[in-house]
Amino acid sequence: MNPKTELAAAAASPSAPAAAHGRKRSLQSRRARAAWLLVAPTLVLLAGVAGWPLLRTLLYSFTDARLDTPDEYELVGFANYLDFIDGEAYGVLADPLWWQAIYNTLWFTVISVSLELFFGLLLALLMNQKFRGQGLVRTAILVPWAIPTIVTAKMFSWMFHDQYGTINDLLMRIGMIDAPLAWIAEPTLSLWAVVIADVWKTIPFMALMLLAALQMVPSDLYEAARVDGASAWQRFRRITLPLIFPAMLVALIFRTMDALRVFDLIYVLTSNSEATISISGYAREQMVVYQEMGVGSAASVLVFMMVAGVAAVFLYIGRIAEPKEKQA
Amino acid sequence: MKLTRKQRQAAHLAWIYAAAALVTVISVFPFYNAIITSLQTGQDLFLPSYLPTSFHWENYATALVHNGVGRSLANSVLVATVTVGGCLLVSITGAFALARIRFRGQRALLFTILCVSMFPQVAVLSGMFELVRFLGLYDSLGALVVSYTTFSLPFTIWVLTTFMKNIPVELEEAAIVDGASLWVIITKVFAPIMGPALVTTGLLAFIGAWNEFMFALTFVISGENRTVPVAIALLQGASQYELPWGSIMAASVTVTLPIIVMVLIFQKRIVSGLTAGAVKG
Repeated sequence: MNPKTELAAAAASPSAPAAAHGRKRSLQSRRARAAWLLVAPTLVLLAGVAGWPLLRTLLYSFTDARLDTPDEYELVGFANYLDFIDGEAYGVLADPLWWQAIYNTLWFTVISVSLELFFGLLLALLMNQKFRGQGLVRTAILVPWAIPTIVTAKMFSWMFHDQYGTINDLLMRIGMIDAPLAWIAEPTLSLWAVVIADVWKTIPFMALMLLAALQMVPSDLYEAARVDGASAWQRFRRITLPLIFPAMLVALIFRTMDALRVFDLIYVLTSNSEATISISGYAREQMVVYQEMGVGSAASVLVFMMVAGVAAVFLYIGRIAEPKEKQA
Repeated sequence: MKLTRKQRQAAHLAWIYAAAALVTVISVFPFYNAIITSLQTGQDLFLPSYLPTSFHWENYATALVHNGVGRSLANSVLVATVTVGGCLLVSITGAFALARIRFRGQRALLFTILCVSMFPQVAVLSGMFELVRFLGLYDSLGALVVSYTTFSLPFTIWVLTTFMKNIPVELEEAAIVDGASLWVIITKVFAPIMGPALVTTGLLAFIGAWNEFMFALTFVISGENRTVPVAIALLQGASQYELPWGSIMAASVTVTLPIIVMVLIFQKRIVSGLTAGAVKG
C-alpha cells in the first residue's frame, strides 16, 4: 500500500464508462455527485468519532480539566506541556517519566522493527523455496499472528516467569545461564522480554507481506542472472532486494506506526512498570489513573505529533526512493 | 574438498528442512505451552514441563464461570459481530465510490483515510471519553461498537477499494447500458461477486475488534460488560500476590482457539486480504 502510487492509481481508476457519447458528461457528473452520497456515512463516522475527539483532546490539553468533572475547566495555556513556577519546571515535558517513556518507545520500535524485518525477510525467503511440508509451515506461522495480543502477553509473562517459566528452564538446560533471570522484574531485561514477545507475534505479518512481493518477482530474471554467472548473494542484492523494496517500505511503515503506539503488550506483560512504560501508556496513566485529563491530553497530543512526524519522514523517504526504483 | 552438485543440493535441502522445523516449533510452542499449563493445578504448575502432566479441566470451569470469562466471551462476540456488520455496510458504498467513480476530493479523502488508519488510539482518548459520556454510552458495549466501527473503517475501505478496482469495467458498463442505478449496481452486481472479499475483510475486522484493549479497558468499568482481553488482563486469584496461572491460561486458550480455527480455515483469504494493496501499490 505505497501511499503515493496507490493514490495516483486511485485518481486514474476506471472513470465512468462511456456509454453514449453525448450522455457521457452528464453521467459522469451525476456519478460524481452520487459519490459524495456514498462516502457520506464514512465521512460522518470519521469526522464525528475520530476527528471531533481529536480536536477535543487538543482543546483539553490546554485546560486543567479532571476526568471526573470534564465540563468544569479553565484554560491554562501551555502549562500542561511546560510551565515554570518559581524557577521549577512543571508539565509533561519536565517529567523524567515522560522522557523515560519516549526512550522506551523509541528503543522498542527500533529494535523490534529491525528484528522483525530481518527475520521476516529470512522467513519469506524460506517459504519462497519449494519443499515438502511447505503448507504446514505456512499454517504454523499464522498461529502467532492469530493470537490476541493480550493472550500473547500473558503467555510470555508465564514463560518468562523467573522461577517456574520455561524460558529460564530451557536456557539453563542448554547451559546458557547458570541461574534463573528475572525477566520481568529486571528493568534492562523486561524491555527485551517485551521485544521478544512482539517479534514473535509480528514476524508472520512481515514475512507474508514480503513473501507476496517475492512471488511477484519474475523468475526469468533469476535465470538470466544465473546464465551471466551471478552468485546467489549478487542475485539477492541486485534483483530481489530492489524489486521487493516498495513492499518492504510499506510493511516497515505499518510496523513502525504500530510499534510507536504500543500499549497493550507492555501494560500486561510487565504490569505497566515504569521501567517499560510506553508513551501511550504514560498518557493513559495520567488521564485515567491520576484523573489528570489536561495533562493526559497534552501527552496524547505529543504522542500524536510524534507519530505524525515519523509518518511524514516515511512518506518523504518513499517519495525520494521512488524514482530510483523505477531505474532499477 | 569440493562437493558435487548432488551433495550441494542435499545440503541445501537439509538446511531448508532444519529451518522449517525450527520455525514451526517456535511458532507453535508458546500456545502449546499455554494449553499444557491450562490443564495443570497445584504443584504441577511450578515444575516446568514440556509434555502434558495432568488433565485438570476444572481450570476451564473456574475461568469461564467463576472468573466471568464466559460472560466476556458473549460480550466480545456481540461487539465484534455488530462492529463487522456496521463496518461492512458503511465501507462497501464508500469503497465503491473510491474505486469506481472519479470525483473531486478523492485523493484528499483517500489520504485522510490512510492517516486515520495510522492514528495512535491514545490521541483521541480524552475526546472520545467526553463523546462516549455525552452519548450516554459510558460503561456499555455501545461505546466499544461505535469506536471500533470507526477505527476499523479505514482498513476495511482500503482493502475493499483494492478488491473493487479489480472487478472488470465491462460488468459495470453492461449494467449501466441496462439502465441500472448506482444503488442497483452496488447491491445487485457488486455485492454478490464481492462475497469472498467481504468475508476476508469481515474476518480481519472481527479479529481487530476481538483483540482491542485500550478502549475496552478505559470505557468499560463494570465486570459484567468487560470484553475478553480486559477480562484476561484483569484476572485475579485468591490473593494479590498469587496469579492463578492455570485459569489464566485456560481463559487464554478458550478465547484464542475460535480465532485460530477461523484463521486456519480461511488462511488463503486472510493472507490475500493482509497483503492486498501492499503489493499492488
